[in-house]
Amino acid sequence: MIEIDIRIERSSFRLESAFVAPGAGVTALFGRSGAGKTTIIQAVAGVVRPAAGRIVVDGETYFDLERGIDLPIEARRVGYVFQDSRLFPHFSVEKNLRYGERRARGTPFVGFAQVVDLLGIGHLLKRRPHTLSGGERQRVAIGRALLAQPRILLMDEPLAALDEARKLDILPYIERLRDEMRLPVFYVSHSIDEVLRLSDHVVALADGRQVAAGPVSEVMSRPDILPVVGRFDLGTILDCVVARHDPDYGLSTLSFAGGELRVPLVDVKPGAPMRARVRSRDVALALARPEDVSVTNRIPAQVSDIRRIEGPYTDVELAIGASCLHAMVTLESVERLRLAVGMEVWALVKSVAVDSRAASFSAADSPSAPA
Amino acid sequence: MMLTPDEWTAVLLSLKVAFWATVWSLPIAIAVAFLLARTNFPGKGLFDGLIYMPLVLPKVVVGYLLLIALGARGFIGQYLAEWFGIKLIFTTAGATVAAAVVSFPLTVNAIRLALEAVDRGLETAARTLGANRVDVFCTITLPLMMPGILSGALLAIASALGEFGATITFVSNVEGQTRTIPLAIYSATHMPDGDAMAARLVAVSVVLAFAALLLSNLVDRRVRILIGRT
Repeated sequence: MIEIDIRIERSSFRLESAFVAPGAGVTALFGRSGAGKTTIIQAVAGVVRPAAGRIVVDGETYFDLERGIDLPIEARRVGYVFQDSRLFPHFSVEKNLRYGERRARGTPFVGFAQVVDLLGIGHLLKRRPHTLSGGERQRVAIGRALLAQPRILLMDEPLAALDEARKLDILPYIERLRDEMRLPVFYVSHSIDEVLRLSDHVVALADGRQVAAGPVSEVMSRPDILPVVGRFDLGTILDCVVARHDPDYGLSTLSFAGGELRVPLVDVKPGAPMRARVRSRDVALALARPEDVSVTNRIPAQVSDIRRIEGPYTDVELAIGASCLHAMVTLESVERLRLAVGMEVWALVKSVAVDSRAASFSAADSPSAPA
Repeated sequence: MMLTPDEWTAVLLSLKVAFWATVWSLPIAIAVAFLLARTNFPGKGLFDGLIYMPLVLPKVVVGYLLLIALGARGFIGQYLAEWFGIKLIFTTAGATVAAAVVSFPLTVNAIRLALEAVDRGLETAARTLGANRVDVFCTITLPLMMPGILSGALLAIASALGEFGATITFVSNVEGQTRTIPLAIYSATHMPDGDAMAARLVAVSVVLAFAALLLSNLVDRRVRILIGRT
């Protein structure tokens, strides 16, 4: 279990954050640039000193202002994967990997061969860092951090410096790492796709303020994370199971607690869990089941909340069985349809709006419960 | 080209002085460069100025100040003689000190620039991997500074080989003790038939300077490959 409760003050920047993250699985620190995501993991690593608060990782106090504890960086045993990999240019890949391994304390939980195999870097061992591609460099950097036998792995936008194709190459390695090692990971990202795909728990930050913290599908479905994602990307995360595929039409049916969603074909076996993201602005409302529209997903729902967002935009929260779905409609529509809490309506979701980018895979069979 | 025994003495003495001046000043230069590049302390500006003084002062003045400080009756020199039996005036040790002091600012500057060019991010990365500050300095910072240390050493050698003013003022022109190549050339030009000797020593100087440059280029290239900066 990881407890963070810190305040950081710099000349032009103030950050306050308090949350408890599970002792295993990936916790995403999510927000736009300048939100304070990296500052939090720098504080965990000991690179940045908080003005107040405490940081406890796996029972070990890293920092506690009141008790006067501030462990030096090298005593904290964090595995830090930097955005720019920071491999030592004067060492071979193998010596880079061994650097942390030789200095590791405590019982090792992972060996050299296992890490090399996990990350597929066996053929690179004799090479020098400057001869590696960006993706290879990041894999080596992850391996180097793991071999230091850390208590926690801190990943600072490890994919940010890579192009889209390389990102997709590396994501599976990070997923394997998450699934094969019982190691808590803090993953800094500004990408919703990465957060949905990799993490179980999320801390959403905006301008040094912690907006929300909790399980991914809960936090990422909240309308009040507007300052973090922006109006365009507000939406609902539905925890789904792939029910069946319809190859003739190229569609897949996902079932969630309370209903089903038809989406363009996903590359996941039936029965497997996945997360689907439905943007609020892609959900329309109707008072009766419309027959003569192209929209595939027509789901009966009940209005559970209506909230003004900003300008003409209004968030309508819908209850669909045990699930919840958000629709963004104009204030004018709310008044014209006389929408009110408790009303029965139909939620219309275009299949093509839930595209493969929005539908992300959750490889964790049982998302770990937040503490 | 054959050198006379006297000329050989001057050449070997020059090499000896340059070698020892460099060997002694390098570690101190690294430490001073570290202080200047990485730390802050009261009076740092003054310290900085003091280090660079020999560069801007006339060399004769440096030699004279050394004489006052380290001479037999100097405020440091008398204790050196009394406690350690070290005598610098008219000795090779004194010539080495003069060469080291004059080249010191050049060496410090080269090393300081190299140190400032080392990516601090790599040092942070090493610390997250469990290395303490000393460990990081030895395994990351120092190897990455190597090109700067080497060029600092070359500057020290070159400047020591050419040192004249401070040496002749501080430790005089004693054959076999302080008469390095420049001083020998100076003496030769004062001798009635010294032209040939001066010419030969000038030739040796040129060869030495050229050899030093070639060697440093070669070593520099090897080191850059070793630390992955090609």
